[in-house]
Amino acid sequence: MIVPRARFALTLAASAAALLALAAWSFAVGPFPVAFADVVRALWSALTGAASGVAPNAQAVVVEIRGPRVAAALAVGAALSAAGASYQSLFKNPLVSPDILGVSAGCALGAGLAILLGLPIAAIQALAFGGGLLAVGLVVGICAWIEGRDPLLTLVLTGVVVGSLFGAGIALVKYMADPYNQLPAITFWLLGSFSGALPRDLATALPGIGAGVLAMALLRWRMDVLALSDDEAGSLGVSVRRVRLAIIVAATLVTASSVALAGTIGWVGLVIPHAARLLVGAAYPRVLPLSLVLGAGFMLAVDTVCRVAFPTEIPPGVATAFVGTPAFLLLLAAGFRRSA
Amino acid sequence: MLAARALSFGFPGRTIGSDVDLELAAGEAVCLLGPNGTGKTTLIRTLLGLVPPLAGEVRLEGRGLAGWPARERARRLAYVPQAAESYFDFSVLEMVEMGRVAHRGPFGRPTRADRDQAMAALERLGIGSLAARPIHRVSGGERQLTLIARALATGAGAVVLDEPTANLDFGNQALIVEEIARLRSMGKSVLFSTHHPEHALRVADRAVLLREGRVAASGPALAVVTSESLTALYGRPIEVLAVETPAGPRRICVPS
Repeated sequence: MIVPRARFALTLAASAAALLALAAWSFAVGPFPVAFADVVRALWSALTGAASGVAPNAQAVVVEIRGPRVAAALAVGAALSAAGASYQSLFKNPLVSPDILGVSAGCALGAGLAILLGLPIAAIQALAFGGGLLAVGLVVGICAWIEGRDPLLTLVLTGVVVGSLFGAGIALVKYMADPYNQLPAITFWLLGSFSGALPRDLATALPGIGAGVLAMALLRWRMDVLALSDDEAGSLGVSVRRVRLAIIVAATLVTASSVALAGTIGWVGLVIPHAARLLVGAAYPRVLPLSLVLGAGFMLAVDTVCRVAFPTEIPPGVATAFVGTPAFLLLLAAGFRRSA
Repeated sequence: MLAARALSFGFPGRTIGSDVDLELAAGEAVCLLGPNGTGKTTLIRTLLGLVPPLAGEVRLEGRGLAGWPARERARRLAYVPQAAESYFDFSVLEMVEMGRVAHRGPFGRPTRADRDQAMAALERLGIGSLAARPIHRVSGGERQLTLIARALATGAGAVVLDEPTANLDFGNQALIVEEIARLRSMGKSVLFSTHHPEHALRVADRAVLLREGRVAASGPALAVVTSESLTALYGRPIEVLAVETPAGPRRICVPS
């Protein structure tokens, strides 16, 4: 049994190393390139307050312009992936993620309302959380009421339907928004982007993400039991309802915080946990940390490419769909082939 | 170990069975027989405390089931479901290790001892070599053995199996029946349901015949599982025959 554990440690270490390299690259590239050494020195001085010796404009680019953006991409990628891994385990369903369950749309409606009302960032996040909880509550309630013969597809379809209901709400919010100031802001934010991330946004979102991920980490040794049937989990002595409720709240808080920070970014929460499981097996205590690292890295890579590879920036929320949709279809096909 | 008195079971507004008296004594194997839809699975779920009784009560080691904290109960009463497909491709050892979850707190991580217990359970069932194998890549019989190993790993003295031979081929059914006998010889109290009366005759000390939610007959397996009782239970003429095999006398059931 040494082998899987060593493999996990190795995979996690390699992913973390790749993440560091990626972050260094992301700080360095752009219309104003900065040497790697200057990136390190600038960040070090921002952390410690020591004089960096880096040119002031390079210092500003690294710390004030790229810093919040890199931090936001890392945080959102990690958050959505952790939420996706948790939803998949607790709903025993490989096809779900914050966006497919309609949670992202619920969060977006809550946040959109808050923007429409001109509320501060903390209220945007709180309303996003409320909208997300409402969406996931609706999905769970409807699925319990339907008791479908195929719970996997029932859950996915219910999530899609609830998501489009909340999408209609978002459309209404946009319709009512002031077309000169609010509408462009809401539309741009809904596309999913890190370019507008400010340090104060990060200061509000990061505690929410941290608290949710902490809850997942604390309960990680029970999560695999939740992936069994409810009868099995109950007979093994796990209070299914309590753990499930705690994880739903944690995953929704994490999703809401990331939606408030960067709008709706789809597919990451679906694809990354699968990649993690392919690498280290199904056990949640291994999938959670690896998903955090892989998700952060994937999101940062996508955002950096979107920022530098094209004449104008592409919103990363658009780019993730190009990766995510084929991945979802592959999973769907694999699922049907197994049951055939 | 486990006893039901005047038990009514089902769901609010929909009673499935009533007046069930059932006892599982220490170290004995009891077989639950009955036609499809007669409430065997709901009875088993009620006996496990997964659904509350509508009337009457279930006692585990003399104490009402609802009075046991979930983790305490899980260390005394184990459940082996029918092996079902799951998306999550845990290894065989990880599946068995989940049997240890009631031995630690809500945030506790599995210890070395938990792993050793899980491994020991696999060895006792002769599938130690499968430990690292993904559960999707073992046979149906091996998957069922894995679930039995998980029940062993809980350390519970009473094991309840719901149709453990369902969906298995003939050879694997025989294998699982032998493992039920082995559980009993380890001193476990075993309650299992099956659609094969021969399994009751082969390993059960006592049999309970359930028809339309009520106990139609109950007693020593050889006395209760007879041509007459099976004919009445299943509504078809069935004959119980004694045959000689190289391993000794056996009883078989055939439609007549």
